[in-house]
Amino acid sequence: MIRFILNEKEMVTDLSPGTTLLDFVRYHQHLRGTKIGCREGDCGACTVLAGEIVNDELRYESMTSCLMPLGNANGKHIVTIEGINFPDKLNPVQQALSDCGATQCGFCTPGFAMSLAGFCLSDKEATEQNAIAAVDGNICRCTGYKSIERAAGRVAALTKDKNGEDAALFVSKKKILPEYFAGIKNRLLELSAGQPEIRNKKREAFLVGGGTDLYVQKHEEMMHADVRFVFDEPGLNAIIEEDNKCILGPSVTVSDLKHSSFFNKIFPNFQHYAKLISSTPIRNMATIAGNFVNASPIGDMTIFFLALDTHLFLSSGEETRTLPLRKFYKGYKQLDKKIDEIINSISFELPGKNTYFNFEKVSKRTHLDIASVNSAILLTMNGNKIAKAGMSAGGVGPVPMYLKKTSEYLAGKKISEEMIKEVIAVMKTEISPISDARGSREYKTLLLGQLIKAHFTDI
Amino acid sequence: MKNIDSYTHVRGESVYLDDIPLQAGTLFAAVYDSPVAHGKIKSLDTSEAEKAEGVVRIFTSKDIPGENQIGGIIPDEELLAGTHVHFCGMPVALVVAESDDAARAAVKRIKIEIENLPVITNPREAKEKGELIIPPRTFRLGDTDNTWKNCEYIFEGRTETNGQEHLYIETQGAYAMPQENGAIRIYSSTQGPTVVQRTAARVLNMPMNKIEVDTTRLGGGFGGKEDQATTWAVMCALASYHVKKPVKYCLHRMEDMRMTGKRHPYSSDFKIGLNKDLKILAYEATFYQNAGAAADLSPAVMERTLFHCTNSYFVPNVTATAYSCRTNLPPNTAFRGFGGPQGMFVIEAAIAKAAEQLHIPASEIQQKNLLKTGDEFPYGQIAESEANECWSKTDELYNIEQLEKDVADFNSSNKFYKKGMALMPICFGISFTKTFMNQARSLVHVYTDGSVGISTAAVEMGQGVNTKLLQVAAKIFSVAQEKIKVNSANTWRIANTSPTAASAAADLNGKATALACETILQRMKQVAADELKTSTETIEIKDEIVFITGKKTDLSWKKLAMLTHMKRISLSELAHYTAPGIHFDTSKEKGHPFAYHVYGTAVITVTIDCLRGIYEFDSVKAVHDFGQSMNTMVDMGQCEGGIVQGIGWMTMEELLYNKEGKLMTNALSTYKVPDIYSVPKEIIVHPLKTEKENLAIFNSKAVGEPPLMYGIGAYFALRNAVKAFNSSAVIPYDAPMTPEKVLMNLFSQ
Repeated sequence: MIRFILNEKEMVTDLSPGTTLLDFVRYHQHLRGTKIGCREGDCGACTVLAGEIVNDELRYESMTSCLMPLGNANGKHIVTIEGINFPDKLNPVQQALSDCGATQCGFCTPGFAMSLAGFCLSDKEATEQNAIAAVDGNICRCTGYKSIERAAGRVAALTKDKNGEDAALFVSKKKILPEYFAGIKNRLLELSAGQPEIRNKKREAFLVGGGTDLYVQKHEEMMHADVRFVFDEPGLNAIIEEDNKCILGPSVTVSDLKHSSFFNKIFPNFQHYAKLISSTPIRNMATIAGNFVNASPIGDMTIFFLALDTHLFLSSGEETRTLPLRKFYKGYKQLDKKIDEIINSISFELPGKNTYFNFEKVSKRTHLDIASVNSAILLTMNGNKIAKAGMSAGGVGPVPMYLKKTSEYLAGKKISEEMIKEVIAVMKTEISPISDARGSREYKTLLLGQLIKAHFTDI
Repeated sequence: MKNIDSYTHVRGESVYLDDIPLQAGTLFAAVYDSPVAHGKIKSLDTSEAEKAEGVVRIFTSKDIPGENQIGGIIPDEELLAGTHVHFCGMPVALVVAESDDAARAAVKRIKIEIENLPVITNPREAKEKGELIIPPRTFRLGDTDNTWKNCEYIFEGRTETNGQEHLYIETQGAYAMPQENGAIRIYSSTQGPTVVQRTAARVLNMPMNKIEVDTTRLGGGFGGKEDQATTWAVMCALASYHVKKPVKYCLHRMEDMRMTGKRHPYSSDFKIGLNKDLKILAYEATFYQNAGAAADLSPAVMERTLFHCTNSYFVPNVTATAYSCRTNLPPNTAFRGFGGPQGMFVIEAAIAKAAEQLHIPASEIQQKNLLKTGDEFPYGQIAESEANECWSKTDELYNIEQLEKDVADFNSSNKFYKKGMALMPICFGISFTKTFMNQARSLVHVYTDGSVGISTAAVEMGQGVNTKLLQVAAKIFSVAQEKIKVNSANTWRIANTSPTAASAAADLNGKATALACETILQRMKQVAADELKTSTETIEIKDEIVFITGKKTDLSWKKLAMLTHMKRISLSELAHYTAPGIHFDTSKEKGHPFAYHVYGTAVITVTIDCLRGIYEFDSVKAVHDFGQSMNTMVDMGQCEGGIVQGIGWMTMEELLYNKEGKLMTNALSTYKVPDIYSVPKEIIVHPLKTEKENLAIFNSKAVGEPPLMYGIGAYFALRNAVKAFNSSAVIPYDAPMTPEKVLMNLFSQ
């Protein structure tokens, strides 16, 4: 049984938990405002909001319902476009879209409205930039977005005087969203109190985090799979500082990292890097361990953590072991992981003083795209010399690569233009890019060289 | 006035095809399509699929009661492959099952054996092998052969423009249901309900009057649902015909991307000759259109390329030849601009090449050759030009020289960032180039409570045509918007219609609606005059009140409607409109094919990051000839949307087919359209003030397609920026200018 609140109504369903939330709302609940554009999280037409209580606060995040298994809705408040409608007038978010001419064919519009409603429910500062960022996962083919930018500016103004007030209370008081939002927190608490632990703990079950890649690759298979949901399993999404290490639970999402002040202290440019990684709804769903296990040769977070010499703690029942992420990949989509092993936690040593970190990514479209090539670097400096280096690169081989030779070559070097040229020459000896939809072999080789230059521009 | 659909759009209450409530017993279809691009079918085994759970029946070409033929212009395209497959994604079989999932699961169990035949993906290779859809056509003005000797400068070159996926966010789909007496109703997400009706009739061997096609709205069309929506609609009709149950098919995105045609890629050659004053004396162009495996709309698209081969310029001597080349790609089709942009790109490339070789800004050549009123197009029509007006207003508002200086200053003070700018004048002809298609009908009813219903063949797909139709009726009747409803496009209400295309829907259907409203109004005025014992000339209706020579009476619009009916006078009218004065003689390739032209000028500026090869557009600043816009919000929306779609075509949207004819960029994860962060930071569109008469509805010129062509400037701005970093780069005229091409050119030797 899966229990959650859909808009104003409590739902109890025994449908297969691997069913997508999109199919559930459209075809089982006949809520047709949530649209189907791509079924791979790339257009945002199916965007819904998921609200849950985190540290006693009701927090809403936008998610693409096409990639969201019904099981991940358990215990949450799911909001579709129907759930933000007033009976006989537009809410101010909808009014802004309408007044600014930000809807033409209208097919993508409910998704934009949901993302902007999500902005109103977030703790983001009330700026136009932030409101625009909320729709970074929504594609519109008609308007050219300028009218949507104008609408976003108006939406930002709606939450100007929130001043840290509980968002759900604020939006209902200000009549931005329907009144029932004010009662959701209590209803969710009641829902979870009355609910027995229903987690599937079977080791052979299919492990699903956010589902953002599984549901792209195996949408039909997942629908009937025996699934264990770890996305919001307590204890799996912590971000902890311990013994000069940063320890991440496997279900930590990219958005969790974005929100973590600790993580942002370690990586002062993380907000900038994160903006290059997928989109708001996908970052809200995609887990770090999922990115590792997926083994995509261009996984952004994998490349990020490879430069850091990250370690994985794997367990299968009683047995546990530690493995450097750099040794996790044995070949294309081949992992050093037994079928019943799961990643229990992820850790890396905090970069000390005199270290420098950078992440670069270039794709055909700068945002909401998969990298042509990405790369990260961690340098430990000793005076004007590099004491130790870790460099990773994606899109240049069958696996996300730790550039071992290049990294070793850097140790002991002084940074100079000449040295960078040599580094690039070394790099070329250890990569093996192929030509595909993301670029030719020649391009990827040249591009990684450029990204290496970029790594050194700010140092 | 806002788009009348915006209220339901923002609430998620607008009804698209997949939102139509299902009738009990509805079955679901899915297509099995060819895995190879060209071959002979040796065997097709559907036996395993037939046994699959939930499968009702599987249809092949053998199940077609009429003609297995969906080709509109030329009968060269089968609905379901008979003996041969001609492109990857060509439908071979249709599975109908009790659920969508069951249908798709069964598709995977179909087996086919195909004897592979040679695959052609390149239009020049197709031309060499004689694979032409129609014989080539040539447009001529003056005598290029004898002009070259008078040219001070002559430049030649070659260009490539890639195709473009429409990427309407609503995929293709249809829902057919049997009616009594063997009739079939088809809900289709189509721009051309009559095309669907005619084709279904042909395939099912049924009279057209038994097929009702109904379209409420589309979640985007852009030309992609003009001809290509027909396939799915006819398939659903075919299945429904056989199983006597409602059958629905909504394509998954990847099915849509691999099975449907796109904007035509073109490969072209040019030769341009100028005198020492930079006047273009002669221009020759040869266009190789990649038509794909069947004609679809390719001949008409090719024709529009020829019509637009000189863009907004007057060239006294022109020879332009086009070949429609048959390849093994999905049949390419209409896409906003309809071949015009492909033609315009080539002359812009020719001018850019001349400018680069002469070390002058392209804008000097562009400005010197703009069309003037009285100039002749290569097809014989005489221009009523606004080209110079748009250009000089652009200069006045945005100061071209200053912009050029700003770019030069930026480039001299920045090493790793370079700017480039380009001007893009446009001139686009409005009318279907097949003259007979320039007709429309509108059925207007005034009900006895004074409310108004309008039915036309115009299909609403976001372009705001319904809003404009409503405005026409509101203005003529002088009634409140709320009193008027625009109905779905339905072939039983309005017959024998042209598709909603060519930017002409508001003009043709708006004019027909105006005629119908005028006729009804005249009758109602007569009734009012009789009732009030005055003459009709003294009667005026304003804001739903009858006035006699400016004096208010007690007679309201509502009362008058009832009164008219009581007098047994018709409150309904079906009006027929044909655009006057247009004609074209294909034997001479001369005539007056367009009701009018739309002009404009844009200046586009881009900044590239020369380290990473990525770029951002700073601004697009345009002066656009709207005529007298009847809806600023709708028209501005068309401009902004068109510009961004055009920039997408020229920058990040890259279709890649491999040598076997398989689409590599077959999903949104690999085919990228602009997102909110990739649009220009600033888009300004200034309306050109003009009071001139034209054939547009209320003098409000068509706006759907023309703005897309400003996007062509994005390519040339990028080129200029790359050149600012690497002056020795020899950059092929090959669009789109992806980040890959930018980086490779930045560092080419």
